[in-house]
Amino acid sequence: MYLFRGGMNGSESPEVRQNQMEKWKQWIDDLNKKGIYVAGDPLQPAGKQVNGKKKAITDGPFVEAKEMVGGYLIVFAKDINDAVETSKGCPIFNLDGKVEIRQVQKM
Amino acid sequence: MSRADHSDINQTIDHLFRHESGKMVAVLTRLFGFPNIEQAEDIVQDTILTALESWKFGKIPPNPQAWLYLTAKNKVIDIIRRRQIKHKIDNDLSFLLKSEYTLTPAIQEMFTEHEIRDSQLRMMFACCHPSFSQEAQITLMLNTLCGLSVREIADAFLSNDETIQKRLYRTKEKLRNEKISLDYPGADAMQERTDAVLRALYLLFNEGYNSSHPKKLIREDLCEEAMRLTILLTENAKTNLPHTNALLALMCYHVSRFPARMDDKGFIILLKDQDRSRWNHFLIKAGNEYLSRSASGGNLHEYHIEAAIASLHANAKAYENTDWERILNLYTLLLRMNDNPVVALNRCLVIGETKGCEAAIIELEKMKSLQENCYYQTSLGEMYLKNGNKMEANKHFIHALSLTSSLVEKNLIRSKIKMSEEE
Repeated sequence: MYLFRGGMNGSESPEVRQNQMEKWKQWIDDLNKKGIYVAGDPLQPAGKQVNGKKKAITDGPFVEAKEMVGGYLIVFAKDINDAVETSKGCPIFNLDGKVEIRQVQKM
Repeated sequence: MSRADHSDINQTIDHLFRHESGKMVAVLTRLFGFPNIEQAEDIVQDTILTALESWKFGKIPPNPQAWLYLTAKNKVIDIIRRRQIKHKIDNDLSFLLKSEYTLTPAIQEMFTEHEIRDSQLRMMFACCHPSFSQEAQITLMLNTLCGLSVREIADAFLSNDETIQKRLYRTKEKLRNEKISLDYPGADAMQERTDAVLRALYLLFNEGYNSSHPKKLIREDLCEEAMRLTILLTENAKTNLPHTNALLALMCYHVSRFPARMDDKGFIILLKDQDRSRWNHFLIKAGNEYLSRSASGGNLHEYHIEAAIASLHANAKAYENTDWERILNLYTLLLRMNDNPVVALNRCLVIGETKGCEAAIIELEKMKSLQENCYYQTSLGEMYLKNGNKMEANKHFIHALSLTSSLVEKNLIRSKIKMSEEE
């Protein structure tokens, strides 16, 4: 799984926005052609948290925009290095974002 | 606004809706697959209804097409998000609809000019799948690609709503059951399918040009649709074949004569009597252009010859200037390629011009298979009239009268009967 941070923050011009969205579509299209795309979605910035035994509900998390998880993607990969290579095509890097790469745990 | 303005606007909107709904159905069916074609049609219907509601009292937006597309796009995105597409989508685009990263851009792209053309092309190929009869092919094309209603199709083919409805229903069922897809046919099937599409478009054009509808001789709309779709074929490298251009040239030449074919009273004017200054010379030039484009590749196709014949007529300054000898040679060539009695009939008429009506009569009388064909009888009648044999002419014109249901044709034949009875 890829967890995306940074990238678009809402202040971009419509042209930049549209351009970026096109690039995302292109990238995912490529992943699908290679047969490795599973799923993915952007996430809304405002969310909620449910904490602990008491299941306390708070708004948040409130972190810096570039630290907020903005979306996820799931792909097939041979191993973590393969996944790293694949991630390099992600358009988020054009806008100086980051990608956290985690392998799904077998239970 | 005067009543005339109001009805002008209605006509324009009518036209717009018909064309755009055809395009939108093609796009949505490409997106959702054939199992969902009815839902695609519903969404498009919905979009048009929304437009009618919003554009009441003549408040048409400055770019109505863009308005329609935007509305359709929003409806589609909404339905997909709510997982309300009835049948599973099983095509190369389905994954794009599953992620919010790709959904909106994918839908946006489907409504670009390039993709709209592509979707219509795929639709044309699918409609002309070999599993369907020619009748079914044309009916499906008219309904899905040209946006004609069941009533309008029934009207055009002198059929009734029920028959057309049934035919459409069965055809769409076949689409589902045989899992016909909107993929382009493979390289080996491509040529065959393109030819099937061209045949269907030819038939559609003919239907409009020679409409057997009792009240309207020319269903210009059908011709226009056939031309529009043929132009689409020329805009794509896979289908822009030499004989595609020949067919388009043929259509241009025929349509160029529309303004001169009927007089104000609705009577037919024969080719020899037409006012050639009323011919659409822009279309004739276009026909010439397409004809020259068709002159490539090594294969001579019937459409090439038919277009060449039409070209000789279209470019002649007057009936008397027509190069009948060349036309005769072309018909002889055409007959060799296609041993068709109607072609033979037309060839006889040309013989009437090159060798005189006696020679034509001899050739015509040899043909036995067209006794119940109206044009055969009127041709004989015409030749006998020219020859001075009024009695024979009269016989054939009376026979011809019983062979057509077209009011305008009946009128013409009645005037000929009169002529053959005068002293």
